[in-house]
Formats: sequence, structure tokens, C-alpha cells
Amino acid sequence: MVQREMEIAENRPFSNAKLGVIILLGAETMLFAGLIGAFLVYRMGNATWPPLSHADIQLPRLVTGINTGYLIISGITMYLSLRMIQIDLPKLFSNVLLILTGTLGLVFLIIQGSEWVQLIGKGLTLQSGVYGATFYVLIGCHAVHVFGAVIWLTIVIGMSLAGRFTSDNHTAVETCTIYWIYVVALWPILYFLVYFA
Amino acid sequence: MQENDNRSHEHDNDENHDAAHEDHDTVEHAPEHNGDDHDAHAHHHEEGFIRKYIFSLDHKMIGKQFLIYGLIMLFLGGGLAMLFRWQLAYPEIPELEGQAGRGAKPLPFLGLSDEYQETGEPKTWADRYWEKVFDSEETEWTEEFIPAGVMTGAFYNMLFTMHATIMVFFVVVPILVGAFGNFLIPLMIGTRDMAFPVLNMLSFWLAVLAAVVMVSGFFVPGGHASAGWTGYAPLSVDPGWTGVGWGLNLWAISLLIQGFSSLVGSINYITTIINMRAPGMTFFRLPLVIWALFIVAILLLLAFPVLSSALALLIFDRLAGTTFFSTTAGGGGDPLLWQHLFWFFGHPEVYILILPGMGIASELIPVFSRKPIFGYRSMVYAMIAIAFLGWIVWGHHMFQSGMQPGMGAFFMTTTMLIAVPSAIKTFNWLGTMYRGSIRFTTPMLHAIAFVSMFVIGGLSGIYMANTPVDVAIHDTYFIVAHIHYVVFGGSLFAIFGGIIFWFPKMYGRYMNDTLCKIHFWLTFIAFNCTFFPMHILGVGLHRRRIDNPMATEHLFGFEGMNIFITMSAFTLGVVQLILAFNFVWSIYKGKVAEKNPWHVNTLEWEAPTPVPHGNFAQIPTVYRGPYEYSVPGEESDWLPQAQPEHAPASAGD
Repeated sequence: MVQREMEIAENRPFSNAKLGVIILLGAETMLFAGLIGAFLVYRMGNATWPPLSHADIQLPRLVTGINTGYLIISGITMYLSLRMIQIDLPKLFSNVLLILTGTLGLVFLIIQGSEWVQLIGKGLTLQSGVYGATFYVLIGCHAVHVFGAVIWLTIVIGMSLAGRFTSDNHTAVETCTIYWIYVVALWPILYFLVYFA
Repeated sequence: MQENDNRSHEHDNDENHDAAHEDHDTVEHAPEHNGDDHDAHAHHHEEGFIRKYIFSLDHKMIGKQFLIYGLIMLFLGGGLAMLFRWQLAYPEIPELEGQAGRGAKPLPFLGLSDEYQETGEPKTWADRYWEKVFDSEETEWTEEFIPAGVMTGAFYNMLFTMHATIMVFFVVVPILVGAFGNFLIPLMIGTRDMAFPVLNMLSFWLAVLAAVVMVSGFFVPGGHASAGWTGYAPLSVDPGWTGVGWGLNLWAISLLIQGFSSLVGSINYITTIINMRAPGMTFFRLPLVIWALFIVAILLLLAFPVLSSALALLIFDRLAGTTFFSTTAGGGGDPLLWQHLFWFFGHPEVYILILPGMGIASELIPVFSRKPIFGYRSMVYAMIAIAFLGWIVWGHHMFQSGMQPGMGAFFMTTTMLIAVPSAIKTFNWLGTMYRGSIRFTTPMLHAIAFVSMFVIGGLSGIYMANTPVDVAIHDTYFIVAHIHYVVFGGSLFAIFGGIIFWFPKMYGRYMNDTLCKIHFWLTFIAFNCTFFPMHILGVGLHRRRIDNPMATEHLFGFEGMNIFITMSAFTLGVVQLILAFNFVWSIYKGKVAEKNPWHVNTLEWEAPTPVPHGNFAQIPTVYRGPYEYSVPGEESDWLPQAQPEHAPASAGD
């Protein structure tokens, strides 16, 4: 009987965990769709953006562009480390890449945080009309997701250093990769909308 | 128990167990000792009280927890409705030209003596008790909320806001999706538990936390949220409009928590249904209630995050000084955006409330008509069509909010299109009953009530989908009648039917049928007496607000009708106590049920009663669809899904 049930489980195209994360991304997409939809409504309601009341505000496009690069690189390293685990390369490679991914994620958050401090210093706050509010809410919502992904990745790195992953058994790193790449892929859309629209 | 099983299952046991005999030697002792296997459930041991009844990981216990949670909240939400019906029946009658007014007519307090109500001197024990609890020096409850015998507008607004919020988010969804979903999905698809049992428990306890936060809002200064369950901005944004401070913040926070609970639950349901079906259980052999729950889980997954985003923006507006939805000058806020976001969630939510009810009706009607469901696949496609159309009709809630006329025509057309799949389903239910050998058991009565009330609610829906008609009847009692015909007449009758139908599997006992029948007929009559006259009130342009139903001449004729509705509503409320009593009493004292009392085909009835941890001694194999009743050439009129073909010759196809 037990063998039969294991066969039933093995016949699944996706593991439960992987499917669950993919389904979660559907909900995340709708959450950001709600926020982006709100942003577009405000953007289209104003002929100029930023609105005239905040015409002096300049968002740091260049720094954020470089930051975008860091995040995209972290997505690539994350994917490469998954591939290395899958084809059974020595653990050292995947461990280094996983730690590099996490570091890039942290660097992204730190640069973002320092930008926020500067912008608040220049007078752009949550209370600065819908321009400031959408900026902080959209970017902040994404930052919370990156932060969550970094925590998740930290746990995965701990498991990896303990040698828990093999080419047949690496669901935790696979699900984390799916989520990480989703968060990375979301960023350029937000970057374009918030900084250039 | 075992004897009962054998009696009701004679042919089932002969064939099913013989066919499975080859596995028997290995199967027999598996659940008890299998020390080295990989199945967590197989070496299950007896758990302590807390793990078994409170922080349970078992889908059946979580389902029952959701059921009891929903029933408790049902009485809270119903009680709020009683309170504002009380006011509506006894409005103050103003003095108008040529018409003698009646001034502020105090609300009648049942049981209090006339002297006490006039002079304030307690006469009877009821007077003294009332004074002590509600009107003492410290509480002054009546002084605050019902001064001079008339409810304040703020109190009234709070009552109907919280009635709707609790009924939608804390009663119908937890029972239909939480209780029936958790209990039925693993049993009906033939697996041992949900895909993520810990997340399942988390989903329930998040829902409890949400309920605690929601109820705590009643006790904060300023009262609970009173901007309507739709929380329209800017009414909900600026405390200056409603006088509500933390009440509305708690309302929004509670719904955010409820959103997490739904998210976790729906991920669990979708994964379980996609990944964990028993061998042979193809998608088109799933019982329709599972299809309904699957579609609803997708709707919840995708709709609730939109509400969450709107609620987050609302909380920022109220607490952090942003201006997303407010009308503050220079802020650039857009109150109409709230309505779009809310109804983009809100309309799929309406189908979340009704689709599981449709699924339950689709289970009950074939069983008690002893006929296959008419048009199984069209039932599935109709549900998918309803779910899809639900995403593109949200604007029909906003015809009065200012909309480009072309958009109005678009939303009107798409809304009316929903009548097509709904009619497919209705006619399929009728086609299932047509020339069946109908058994009028109480669950079947509830299912028939579901279909007929749903038709009335659906037809009034077509009226208001019409933009010009809706412009007139917007926010009148016609709308109230419509939603209650669909959600009470539809969803709640399905819930009652489902509870009575699956009670033998949940608790191993029957509910008392006499009490069930009394409850059904009284509910059915009181329900129609309560909500049908509301159509007439609505067409007479009676708006749904406290201030003041009798203020204008065209409403004078409706006073008697309002009193009648209130009397019926109180009857309806009191009658539900019969159900509550019957439910609790039957858990302990009901007649012990056999394994498959209604002779149903689906897999949940293959499991022993009461269902053990892990559900099935061995995972069943599914050989056919769920509705093979009265198959020609068969000895009995039912053919369970897990029963193998008895003649090997027929295996050729």
C-alpha cells in the first residue's frame, strides 16, 4: 500500500511545494496589479508627472538603474546555483553563488534605503500628495517582498551549507528560486513605471 | 458500527472488497504499524486534547472548526440585523402639511412594562434587569445609542455595516469555503489530507484572529466601522464624516488578516485538487462541488489581493496622512478609485459566495433524484463561464457613481451575459429532477429551495443590470431583496442542506429529522415573508437608510409592510435557534449513522464513519464519474465511484 501511494505521489508533474509557490505568485501578481492600477489612474489624472506641486523633485534614475542591474544579476546567479545543484556540480560553486545572490539582494535594499533617506531629506514624503504616496507604497511594497525573499534565501543558504541538497532533492532551493526570479522580474516594470512614466 | 456498514453496503462489500482482496494481506495492518514507511499518517498515534481539537492539522477537524466558527458568527451577524430591523419598523413620523405627525415614537421593548418605558421607574424584574445591564449609571447604553427611543444614525450605520461585513467575510465564506472545502476536498478526491496541513491550520487561526480584531472594533471609542461594508471613500477615509476612529482601522486590518487566511487556504485547495487526486480521478470525474470549490479558490486567490491593496492604501490614508482616496485639496486623491478596486474584488466575491452553494446543490439533487446530473460537463463550463464573466462586470455596481455611458452599456451587456450560464445550471438541475424518483429528505428540500430562491434572486439581478432601471432603484430595498435572495435564499439554504447531508459523515450521527423539517419550513416561510416584500419597498423607492423612511409622502403606505418585515425577520432569527440546538444535540445524542446512509456514489462515503485520521484504509481507485445513479442493467440504483467493474469484459473500452 505504501509503495502504491508513493507511486501516486511520484506521478505528479509538480511537487506540492513548487505548485504552491507558483499559485502564490498568482496572488502576488494581483496585489501588484491593484497597486500599479492605482498608480496608473493617478498618473493619467495628471498632465505632468511629478505634478506641478512637486515639480522640483528629481528621482535618482541613474543610481536606481545601476541598482536594477544588481538585482538582475542576482536573479541570474540564483538560477545558476539552482542549475549547479541540479547537475550535481561541487557544492562549493552553488554555495558561493547562493551567498552572492543574497548579498546582491541586501545591497539592493541598502541602496534603496539610502535613496529614501535622501528623498525624504529633499521633502518627498508619504504626505506629498499622490506622487510621494504612490512612490513609497509601490517601491516599499516591492522592497518588502525583496526583504522576505532575502530571509527565505538565508534559510536556504543555511540548508545548503549543511549539505541538505542533492540533484534529486532540492525542492527548497527550487521554490526559493521561483520566488526570487519573480521578485527580480517585477522590478524593471516598477522601475520603468515609477521613475520614467 | 461495523454491522451497520455491512447492512447498507451488502453489494458494495461483496464486490469492492473481493476485488481488492489481492491487496488485503499487505493492507490489513498497515495503518497501525509500518515503522519504516514514509507516510506520516500511517504511524499516527492518539493525540492530546489540544492537538486534536484546537491546533489540529487534520482537515476534517479544521473543517468542523470553520463550521462552528461560521455558525457562531452567523448569530452575531443576524443579531445586528434584528437590531436595525427593530428601528426600521418603528420610525419616527414627522409632521407634514395636512398630515398629523407622530413625533419621535420610541422603539417598543418587548417585555418591559409600559410604566417603565414612560417614566423610567422599574416595575417588573425585566425592567430592573434591563436597567442594570443597559441603562445603569455606568453603562447608559440606551442613552448613548437609542436616546429618546430612536436609534442614532451613527449606531444604525454601524449595525448594517457590520451585519454585511460579518455575514460576507465571517459567515458565508468560512462555512462554504472553509468548512465544506476542508472537509470535502480530501475525502471526495480520495486522499489522506490537504497538501499543506500546517498552512491549513494557519488559515483557520488567521481567520480567528481576524474575527477577534473585527469584534474588538465594537468596543473602541467612536464605535465600529459605519461606512457600509463597501467602505466607500471618502466616507471611510476621513473620520470627520462618520465620527469613527479606530473602528474603521480595525475593520480594514481585520479584512487584511482575513485576506491572508483566504490566500493560504486557496493555495492549499488548488494544490490539493490539482496534485492529490486518487488514481482514476480525472478532472471530469470530480464531483461538481469540488469543481465549484476549485474555481472559487482561484477566484479568492486572484480577487482578494486586489482588496488587500485597496485596504492597505485606505489604512495609509487614515493613519499615515496619504491622500489616495481623500478629497483633500492639492492631494490629488481619487475617491472613485476605491470603488473600482473594491468592486473589482467585490464582484468575484459575489460568485465566491454562490458557486459553492451551486456545487452543494449539484451534489444533493442527483442523490435524492436517483438520477445522473443532467449535463455534467455543461455544469462545469457554466461555472467557469460565470467565474470568468465575474471579472468584467464590476462596473454594474457603479452606474450611479459617474461613468462614461459607453462603459455603462458594456457593463450592462456583460452582466446580462451571466444569465446564460446561470440558466444552463438552473435548467440542468430541473432536468436532473425531471422524472427522477425524488426523495423529499430535508437536504433535498433545502436544495430545491436553493434552486427556486436562486431563480428569484437571479431574475431580479437582470432588472438591476439594466442601467436605466438601476439608476432608479439604486440603493433601494430592491437591491437588498436581491442580495438576500441570492446569499440567504441561495447560499444559506445550500449551507443548511449541506450540513444536514454531511452531518452523518462529520459526526457519525444523524441530525434529528423532525427538528430539521420544522426548521426548514419555518425558515423558508419566514425568509420569503422577510425579503419578498422588500422588492415592493424597493420599487416604491424606499432607500436603505435610517433617515427617515417615513419622511416623504410616497413612503407613508409602507409602514405596515415594514412592521411585517421586521416581525418576519425576528421569526427568521429565532427559528435558527432550532438549528443550533439540533446541531449541538445531534453531535452527542443523534441517531448513530451507518457508513453511507443516503446511498451516495462519491468517495467520502467510502471512508469509515467516523472518518479516521488519514481517511481511507487504502487510497481508493476511481472507475467512473460521480453521478452514476439508476444505471440500466444494474441491480441497485447507485454505482459508487470506487467500485470496480464487476464483469472483466467491460474493461475493453
